[in-house]
Amino acid sequence: MFSRRTTTRVVATLGGIAIAALALAGCSSSGGNSNGPVTISLLAAGNDPASTKFANDLSTAFHKANPKITVKVETRPGGTDGDNLVKTRLSTGDMNDVFLYNSGSLFQALHPDSQLQPLTDESWVKDITDDFKKSVSTSKGTYGAPTATSFNGGIMYNKKVYEKLGLSVPKTWSEFISNSEKIKAAGIVPVIQSYGDTWTSQLFVLADFANVNATDPKWADDYTANKSNAKYSKQPALEGFTHTQEVFDKGLMNKDYASLTNVNALKMLATGEGAQYPMITAVISNVLQSNPDQINDIGYFAMPADSGEPHATVWEPAAAYIPKTTTGDKLAAAKKLVAFINSPTGCDIQNSAGTPAGPFAISTCTVPDNAPALVKDELKYQDDKKTGLALEFLSPIKGPNLEKILIQVGSGISTAQQGAGLYDQDVKAQAQQLGIKGW
Amino acid sequence: MSTASPATARQAADIITEVGASEKNRPRKSRMRSHYPTWFFIPAIVLYVIFFAIPTVSSFYFSLTRWSLFDSQFIGFANYVQFFQDPQLYTSFIHTLIYAVLTSGAKVILGFLLALLLTSPVVGRGYLRAVVFFPVLLSTIGVGILWKSLLDPFHGMVNAVLGFFGLPQPGWFTDPNLALYTIAGVDIWKGVGIATLIFMAGMVAIPTEYYEAARIDGAGGWNILRRITIPLSRGATATVIILSLIGGLRSFDIIWATTGGGPGFTSDVLASVIYKQYQAGFYGLSTAGNVVLFLVVTLIMVPLSYVLNRKQVEL
Repeated sequence: MFSRRTTTRVVATLGGIAIAALALAGCSSSGGNSNGPVTISLLAAGNDPASTKFANDLSTAFHKANPKITVKVETRPGGTDGDNLVKTRLSTGDMNDVFLYNSGSLFQALHPDSQLQPLTDESWVKDITDDFKKSVSTSKGTYGAPTATSFNGGIMYNKKVYEKLGLSVPKTWSEFISNSEKIKAAGIVPVIQSYGDTWTSQLFVLADFANVNATDPKWADDYTANKSNAKYSKQPALEGFTHTQEVFDKGLMNKDYASLTNVNALKMLATGEGAQYPMITAVISNVLQSNPDQINDIGYFAMPADSGEPHATVWEPAAAYIPKTTTGDKLAAAKKLVAFINSPTGCDIQNSAGTPAGPFAISTCTVPDNAPALVKDELKYQDDKKTGLALEFLSPIKGPNLEKILIQVGSGISTAQQGAGLYDQDVKAQAQQLGIKGW
Repeated sequence: MSTASPATARQAADIITEVGASEKNRPRKSRMRSHYPTWFFIPAIVLYVIFFAIPTVSSFYFSLTRWSLFDSQFIGFANYVQFFQDPQLYTSFIHTLIYAVLTSGAKVILGFLLALLLTSPVVGRGYLRAVVFFPVLLSTIGVGILWKSLLDPFHGMVNAVLGFFGLPQPGWFTDPNLALYTIAGVDIWKGVGIATLIFMAGMVAIPTEYYEAARIDGAGGWNILRRITIPLSRGATATVIILSLIGGLRSFDIIWATTGGGPGFTSDVLASVIYKQYQAGFYGLSTAGNVVLFLVVTLIMVPLSYVLNRKQVEL
C-alpha cells in the first residue's frame, strides 16, 4: 500500500518534471484570465529525497487548501551546479514562479533588487527573526520566507561513548584534544573526517566563526573591507586551520578519512564506532534514514576555541523566493504559496519531510517534542546567548577553494599556515570577481 | 494506379536524362565553381555562425569582463592577470603536461603492440579485437565511476584481491602521490582501443609484397618490424599522437568523475581549474582560462602536427 503510493508519487513527480520542462521549453505564458484556475511551478531546493518530498508534499497540501491553484514541482541539482542553474534561469527569464534557494551570500549573488519580487509587505515578515531577515534582505527590501529550521555547525558527538568513558563536553580546544586522546585509547575513532564528500572538510574553520566573532566583533566587516588584521593567516581566524592540521598530526582521525562519505560517517557516529564529527546539524535527517534507533544518541556541542568560551555558529535556513518574471495572477498565487509554507499545515510538512535540526527562524512554527536530542543541545546555546551567525551571512565573500585547501591541510599535504595563506589568496580572487571595493 | 505508373516511368526517364546531362556538364562546371547553388550552403553557414563563430568571438570579449550572467563590466586584462596569479595554475599546468605525455605515450606504445598482435593470425582474433575496443564505447563518466568503486581503498575489489595475497593496498585515488597516475592509467585503459584501431588500419594497408620481398631476402621478424612495419605505420603513429595528445591536454571528464582534481589539488589539470572557476560563478575568469587553454593547445599542437606531417611526406 505504502510502496504503491510512493511509486505513484515518483511517477507523478517525473510527469511533473516533464510537463514543467515542456512549459519552460515553450517559454512560460504570461498573464492569464483572472479568477480562473492557475498553475504555478515550484523549483525544489535540490533533488535529494528530503528536498523532493518537501516540495511534493507542499504542492499537494497547497492544492488541497486552494483547489484553483495547481503547483507543478520541478527538482534541480544541489551544490554549485544548482547555483549555476538558478543564476542561468533568472538571467534568461525562465525561472519558476517560486524557487527555494540559500539565504546569505548566495542569495546576495542573485542580484535580488533587479531579479526578485520584494515581499517586504507580506504579513508573515513580522514573524521572522532579525538574523533571518538580514540574510534575505537588501537595503531595498525583504525577498524570502524560511523553508526549514536554522541549524548549527560544531561537533556532533556520540553521547553513549562520552558516558561510557566518563567524559564531559569540552570547553576549550585543549580539553577537546585530551578527550580525543582518551577516546583513542579506548579503541574508538576520536574524530571522524569524510573527505570523500569534499565539502565536509570545512567545518573546523566554518563552525569556528562564532568564536572568531566573539573575540573580534568587527572581524566580518574588516574582512569584507580587506583590512590586514582580518585574514585567515592571522589569529583568531587561523585556529580553524591549525585545528584541522592538529587532528591529522596527532593521528586522531579515522583511517579511511580520504574516501569516507558524509552518510557513512554519520553511520559511524550513530553506532559509536566514531565519537566526534565536525559537522552541521542539518545532516541529522540522514541519521533518521540510516539509524533511526540511535538518533538520540547523537548530541551537539559548539566548536571549542583555543581561548574563551565556545560559541555556537548558526546557519540560517534556505528560503522561498519569487522572481520578477512572475506577474499577475501567478504572482498572487505564488505569494499565497510562499505564505502557506509557514502556516500550521506548512510547519507540519516542514517537520515531517525533513527532521528539525535546530530552532525555527519564524515564530509561527515550533519545534515538535519528538525532535532529535541534539536540537535541545542547540537551544541551550541560544538560551545562553552564546551563538553567532556563520560568516556567509555577514560577508558576501567566501573563497570557492576552501574545501580543497582544507583537505590538503587535513591530509598532511600542506601546513595550516600555508593553507590559510592560500585561502587568503582565494578570498582575494572572489572579492575581485564580485567587484568589491578595496581589493 | 494504372495511370500513375506511366507517369512515374516518365518522371524516372526525365531524371535519368537530367542526370546524364549534368554528368556531361559536370567537369566543365566544377572547374569554375562548386557543384551546388549558393543557397545550399545557407543552413550550414547559419548553424556555423550561430553555434561556432558568434560564441567564439563573444568568448574573447567576455574574457575581458567581470561577468555575473546578469550583467558584465569591461575590466580589460584583469581576468588574465588573475588567471596567471592563481596559485594552482603552475602545478595544474605541470599536471596537464605529465598527464598528456603519459597517456599519449602509453597509447602509442600499447596501441602499437596490441595492433601487432591483433593483425597477426591469433586464435579468436575477432573476439580479442572487440574486447580491446569495448572500453572506448563506454561513457567516460561511467568508466570513472566504475573504476572509482573498483579502486576504493577500503571496499574496492582491486584492493580486496591485493589484500588476499598479502600485497600492499594503496589509496589509488586518495593518495596525493598516486591519484594523477591512477587517473592516467584509467584513461589509457579506456582510450587504447582507438589507438589500436588506427594502428591496425595502418598495418593492414601495408602491401604484403614488402613482407614477401623481405622474407625472400632473409629478413627475420625483428628486421621486418623495424624496417617495414614501424616506418610504414608512421602516418598512423602521427594520427595517434596528435589525437591522444590533444585529448590529454584538454582532459577533464575522467578526472572530474574520479577525484574532482583532489585530494586537495594534487590531480588538478588546466581544464579542471577552469571548470572550478566556472562553478564558483567566475564566468569572465573561466572564459579567460578557456582562451588560454585554447592558445596552449594550439601552441603545442600546430608545430607538432607540422613536424609529424612533414616526416610523413618525406617517406
